[in-house]
Amino acid sequence: MPSFDMAGPWTLHPQVAVRPEPFGALLYHFGTRHLSFLKDLRLLAAVRLLTEAPSAADACRTAGIREDELGRYRAALATLATSRMIVQRTPSRADEAP
Amino acid sequence: MTSPAAPPQPARLIDHFQYGLDAPICLTWELTYACNLSCVHCLSSSGRRDPRELTTAECKAVIDELERMQVFYVNIGGGEPTARPDFWELVEYATAHRVGVKFSTNGIRITPDVARRLAASDYVDVQLSLDGATAGVNDAVRGRGSYATALRAMENLRSAGMSGFKISVVATRHNIGQLDAFKALADHYGAQLRLTRLRPSGRGADVWDVLHPTAAQQRQLYDWLVEHGENVLTGDSFFHLSAFGGPLPGLNLCGAGRVVCLIDPVGDVYACPFAIHDTFKAGNVRAEGGFTRVWRESELFADLRRPQTGGACTSCSAYDSCRGGCMAAKFFTGLPLDGPDPECVQGHAETALAAAGRTVPAAGQDHSHRRKPVFVSIGERPHAERTPPVSACAEHPLAGFRPTELP
Repeated sequence: MPSFDMAGPWTLHPQVAVRPEPFGALLYHFGTRHLSFLKDLRLLAAVRLLTEAPSAADACRTAGIREDELGRYRAALATLATSRMIVQRTPSRADEAP
Repeated sequence: MTSPAAPPQPARLIDHFQYGLDAPICLTWELTYACNLSCVHCLSSSGRRDPRELTTAECKAVIDELERMQVFYVNIGGGEPTARPDFWELVEYATAHRVGVKFSTNGIRITPDVARRLAASDYVDVQLSLDGATAGVNDAVRGRGSYATALRAMENLRSAGMSGFKISVVATRHNIGQLDAFKALADHYGAQLRLTRLRPSGRGADVWDVLHPTAAQQRQLYDWLVEHGENVLTGDSFFHLSAFGGPLPGLNLCGAGRVVCLIDPVGDVYACPFAIHDTFKAGNVRAEGGFTRVWRESELFADLRRPQTGGACTSCSAYDSCRGGCMAAKFFTGLPLDGPDPECVQGHAETALAAAGRTVPAAGQDHSHRRKPVFVSIGERPHAERTPPVSACAEHPLAGFRPTELP
């Protein structure tokens, strides 16, 4: 499993578009031209919350993901990070991606 | 191109997709029927421009709709789409509205300058069509000189630093033996290989019998695809081969009218790029409600999104993986839509294909270049004075000279 820093701040890649669907969402990265499917509404909520949350773990908790579920969601986020759908962001607000 | 990124869920994506989405994931848009080539297997029977072609303004209105529907990208084709004088304007308009563009071209307009512009854009991807790894095999299908044109375009793209463009190959009886050579060519140019299935659509209907891969070649193709996996794109077009064993990468689902569709140069919307025929026409983007209404409300698409029956295939053990194959391939070879694919790897279509009474449907449209010259006669204007043309700045020695002795 790829490593993923749950305690660090993350954000959706600025070139990624999110399209809501009844089953979750479609994510499309205009740079890599990769399409991903999010089939879990809480994972989608967590991904959307990333930019505002101090850490990925915080985004997950706010999205209603329980502590005992964090492992599974960490794996899903790691997959999204591998395909650069989400990227690490510097903690300072001023440096945030628009 | 799929990368599932979620904890395991009971419902498979394919179950969501087969009942359709509010907007297509991507769609094919043939911008023009005009083409400098006359490929023998052209899906859209292209050649001559249709005078009813969508105008620049109408195309932009379609792009506006696609943006509102959040269609991530369009596969632009033709014809040769770069033949449209407003092609680059439309590409720019689409990308400025966050509708990504992948366009297919035979390379005729990919000059060094164009290649540099393409390399500079994150939102545009290029697909070069090539149907032989050698000029002999390619030009027999795509026309003399087309191999050289494509290679020159590829060289221009590589020189401009455009990496990862696609080399798009239609798999035929004559090039299945060149799969490794295609891969080497793609690697050489820093490109990605894309293989798609020969469909009996458009002019493809005329050559399908002699060009479609033999049963043994289908196996060869399947094994090759399994071996090369995700590194080779297929546009999900070989899902009928899944019946050989494990599924190929991709959705393995016919997306016609469910997650994909086609807009043709005059704005007609068809269920898929391989089905340009009235039977699969859902509407026209010029009608009230535009493309959105066609996608969401057309009866044809509603029909396609209903649960399908396997018909004669239901009892087959492979039905779950191949799902009866390609609708367009069945239709254009005159086979029943709820029966086996003409290239069914279990051989279930052989009897039907050999049947004496089989008839294939007439072509839906034909924009092919006319093979014979069209003669026009230019006569004299009756009762006109026979004088050379004269303009205000005429310096022609015969200007103003009126021959008087002519009958």
